[in-house]
Amino acid sequence: MTALLIAHFVAAAAAPALTRVMGRRAFLLLALVPAAAFVWLLAQTPSIKAGQSLTADVPWVPSLEMSFDLRVGALQWALGLIVTGIGALVLLYCAWYFKADDPSLWRFSSVFTAFAGAMLGLVVSDNLLALYVFWELTSVFSYTLIGHNPVRSANRRAASQALLVTTLGGLAMLVGLIILGQKSSYRISDLLAHPPAAGALTTTAMVLILLGALTKSAQVPFHFWLPGAMAAPTPVSAYLHAASMVKAGVYLIALLSPIAATTPGWRALTLGLGGITMLVGGWRALRQSDIKLILAFGTVSQLGFLTAMAGLGTKAAALAALALVSAHALFKATLFLVVGIIDKATGTRDLTALSNLARSAPVLAVTALLAGASMAGIPPLFGFVAKEAALAAALEAHTEIGSLGYVFTAVIVLGSVLTVAYTARFLWGAFAPKRTPSGASFTTPYAVSTPILIAPVLLGGLGLIAGFTGKHITAWFTPYAVTLAGPEPDYLALWHGLTPALGLSAIAIAAGLGLFAVRDLVTATQERVPALIDSEAGYNRVLRTLDRFAVETTALAQRGSLPGYAATIFCVVVAGPGIVALLALPRARVYAWDEITQPVVGVLIAVAAIGAARTRDRLQSVFLVGVTGYGVALLFLIHGAPDLALTQTLVETVSLVVFVLVLRNLPPVARRRPLHRSRYWRAALAGAVGATVSLVTILAANARVAQPVSVRFPQEAYAFGHGRNVVNVTLVDIRAWDTLGEISVVVAAATGVASLVFVRMREAEELRPSRRRAAAIAAAQRNPGPPERRSVILEVTTRLLFHAMIALSVYLMFAGHNQPGGGFAGGLAAGLALLVRYLAGGRFELDRTAPVDAGVLLGGGLAVALASAVAPLFFGGTILESAVYDFSLPVYGDVHFVTPLVFDAGVYLIVIGLALDIVRSLGGGIDAQRESDEREAAAL
Amino acid sequence: MSANLTLILVAGVLVATGVHLIFERALSRVILGIVLASNGVGVLYLAAGGAAGGAPFVGARPAEEMSDPLPQAMVLTAIVISLASVAFVLSLAYRQWRLTGSDDVPDDAEDELIRSLAQADQTSSTYDPETESTSLADEEDATA
Repeated sequence: MTALLIAHFVAAAAAPALTRVMGRRAFLLLALVPAAAFVWLLAQTPSIKAGQSLTADVPWVPSLEMSFDLRVGALQWALGLIVTGIGALVLLYCAWYFKADDPSLWRFSSVFTAFAGAMLGLVVSDNLLALYVFWELTSVFSYTLIGHNPVRSANRRAASQALLVTTLGGLAMLVGLIILGQKSSYRISDLLAHPPAAGALTTTAMVLILLGALTKSAQVPFHFWLPGAMAAPTPVSAYLHAASMVKAGVYLIALLSPIAATTPGWRALTLGLGGITMLVGGWRALRQSDIKLILAFGTVSQLGFLTAMAGLGTKAAALAALALVSAHALFKATLFLVVGIIDKATGTRDLTALSNLARSAPVLAVTALLAGASMAGIPPLFGFVAKEAALAAALEAHTEIGSLGYVFTAVIVLGSVLTVAYTARFLWGAFAPKRTPSGASFTTPYAVSTPILIAPVLLGGLGLIAGFTGKHITAWFTPYAVTLAGPEPDYLALWHGLTPALGLSAIAIAAGLGLFAVRDLVTATQERVPALIDSEAGYNRVLRTLDRFAVETTALAQRGSLPGYAATIFCVVVAGPGIVALLALPRARVYAWDEITQPVVGVLIAVAAIGAARTRDRLQSVFLVGVTGYGVALLFLIHGAPDLALTQTLVETVSLVVFVLVLRNLPPVARRRPLHRSRYWRAALAGAVGATVSLVTILAANARVAQPVSVRFPQEAYAFGHGRNVVNVTLVDIRAWDTLGEISVVVAAATGVASLVFVRMREAEELRPSRRRAAAIAAAQRNPGPPERRSVILEVTTRLLFHAMIALSVYLMFAGHNQPGGGFAGGLAAGLALLVRYLAGGRFELDRTAPVDAGVLLGGGLAVALASAVAPLFFGGTILESAVYDFSLPVYGDVHFVTPLVFDAGVYLIVIGLALDIVRSLGGGIDAQRESDEREAAAL
Repeated sequence: MSANLTLILVAGVLVATGVHLIFERALSRVILGIVLASNGVGVLYLAAGGAAGGAPFVGARPAEEMSDPLPQAMVLTAIVISLASVAFVLSLAYRQWRLTGSDDVPDDAEDELIRSLAQADQTSSTYDPETESTSLADEEDATA
């Protein structure tokens, strides 16, 4: 069973390739998959008849109680036969329905087959969550199939309408399923065996699940999506929107009826809405002139009938519901396939344009007549047998629902009258000879290849045969029917004697034919009576309201102002953690300082920081920020963190230069935006954020009561990382995974820097000439001096110092494992050397000094780091495990080599790459652009 | 564990001044704010990591006299990443200046558009105002 289910999805995956090779004949091959499932199900008939159920358990997510448990009882078996049998026949039909050169065939064939799989999965799932997944899959596949031709706006809207309505119900259903699952079991067979206790929660769950079922099965007021879904190709209408998917709701109702029928609201909703739907659909079908729409509204009507029968919850109703579901699948699929053939053969579905097809297409006409008679409930077809059983069940319903049972019977009879009338309208519309408005009789030309008739003829014929096999069918369906309440029903048969049900059937047929006879009067009445329920207009209003709401909310929440967003975030920081921290503060303990030098440096930092925030002069603020950075380096040193102090100093120096390199272009004084009046609250909010952060840190420090994990670091650093510098070993060994992530960030940022500066080609298009000229003039005015701006002393000193700095950087990298330093510090030192070289000699000298692409260093460094991370795997170690090798080199002496050094070398290369990228882009790159601006300005 | 008030106050001032700069529109000012704030956060890590001590080198002193190495390792990578982000945001600022003549971040034009829609009580641009019944939808393209 599981294999057959999976085969559908495998076939769906292979379908695009198959259609490429075989064209539309690929459908023949695809049809074999549901056909195989059909045959397998058929082979299980004896055990189903014996009341057994077949199961297959496939665990999926055990922790969530999710599993692909499959279970086939009588109900599942019946639905499964419909889904697979009609699926196979419709796929067969597709092989002749589509044009050979239809460009979207590959997609259609794949989605259609996948749908067949999802539908089968829905039916055979024994787990509520798996059922839900398949349920939503069918909605999604239906969406893409309705949108098969997305050229017309109406088709797109029809597809999204179907999706929105059914998934809305689906989501409600999910909540209901979870309630049931939590209260009882997610396994459906367990749930049915041990239903949850009655109560408000169970009732809520059942109503929510009904919402899903009613939307899926297109019940009023959600029925409008189904006629819209007729935008799909006719095979889809026949399979999804008549035989299978729309029955999913009915299936779910039938599945739960044994435990839910007596839940408050269950019968009111299923019988009430089902009855209304039956009447509304039938009434609307009577005024359609498109024969496919007659069928569509007819389906709505019949689904109402099925919903009501499945929801009633008696043995008789259950048997009738299953018979009706089967009969409906047979005749409605047939009729849709007939419509598809007519549409294909004549190019129209308008009943005023179709004339005399009974003569030109006799086989088709007989098939349609058989199916139509079944739909109208005319003996000896299976539709009649099923309807008799339904009427008998309705007449007995008073034992469960009191006198309302007679109202219910009346509604069904009235619905049947309408059914007979629209069936007659359909058959007459499609096949009868008609006259043009001028009175001339005409025959619509008709031409079609014969094999396309196979599927409808088989299905139509089956409806006739089934009519005579009521006894067997009863035996198959009984294991399901006996799970419900009520007296033992009569078996399905053509003749029970002169029963009240037979009388009602006769009345319905006679009245329906009468209604058809006065069809002009009916049409006129329909035009005068406005639609009572126009839920499609309601849906459109809801969508519009939703869209308006979204626009208003977006306009309110998304102001598009960066300071606005920052302020919002910081307000939350202050209002949330800030207030909480303030409340917890009285219990916190603080001390003034570790060393008296801390407050001294602290005051210096604070003054510089406040100055940096106040001044509008860009370079001044950069300088003051630099002061805070060096001050922080001092604090690090005092705290006992020499590595941090070293790195901070180097970073601060590089940053300072980078700032100057960029800011030399920008106007020297930042403009006074944000507005003056907002200055005070900005300052207040900034102060509050600072205070919040301080408070939270006090609490964080106070919260440390357990022994820190890092207490073991020194010992482990030496034992496993083979280094004395604990911070460095932490970076390259203990927490090397973190470092790996961080150097990746550095690589990404460095690449970003280079791309932002060197996007000249795009820039040339984006810049309008006038703006480019203005920029060039501005550049020329800023730099009135001669182009040669080099200092000989600086240049000479740099050349002297450069190699010493590089040597220092290499030393820092190697020594870092045991002394202050490491890859980060070493790389920064090398970067600084390159920076100085550029400052003294310009970009050309930089290129001569470092004739290597920064990207190579970045990529190479990352590769080295990754290689060193993975290498231990080949020696039986784990990722990033450290090892040590001691050996002796001639001249040098004993070597103590630790593998984390390789990782650190990768870090080293990446940091040099970052520095080189920065100098090349923000130094050399900007220089080059300035020069070209100046040349342009000079040329003007 | 008790907290070092001096470090915490210094960090608070750095974060406050940083946030003040982040509220500005000029990108070059915003990145200065981020630098200030991240300096502050570096100090916070120290403060949260416990009292000062000796440099964490094995063999130089007993483990209990060392400062906590873990926050130091975290701050170290943070420092380098802040350099990378400084360079990145400055390139953004430079590019913004090349394109518009200023490094100010303007209000988002799309959001402006949505606000004008809201003021005019209109629907979004992707809304399909067509209300013709979808039962008129058809597989074949009628216009073709």
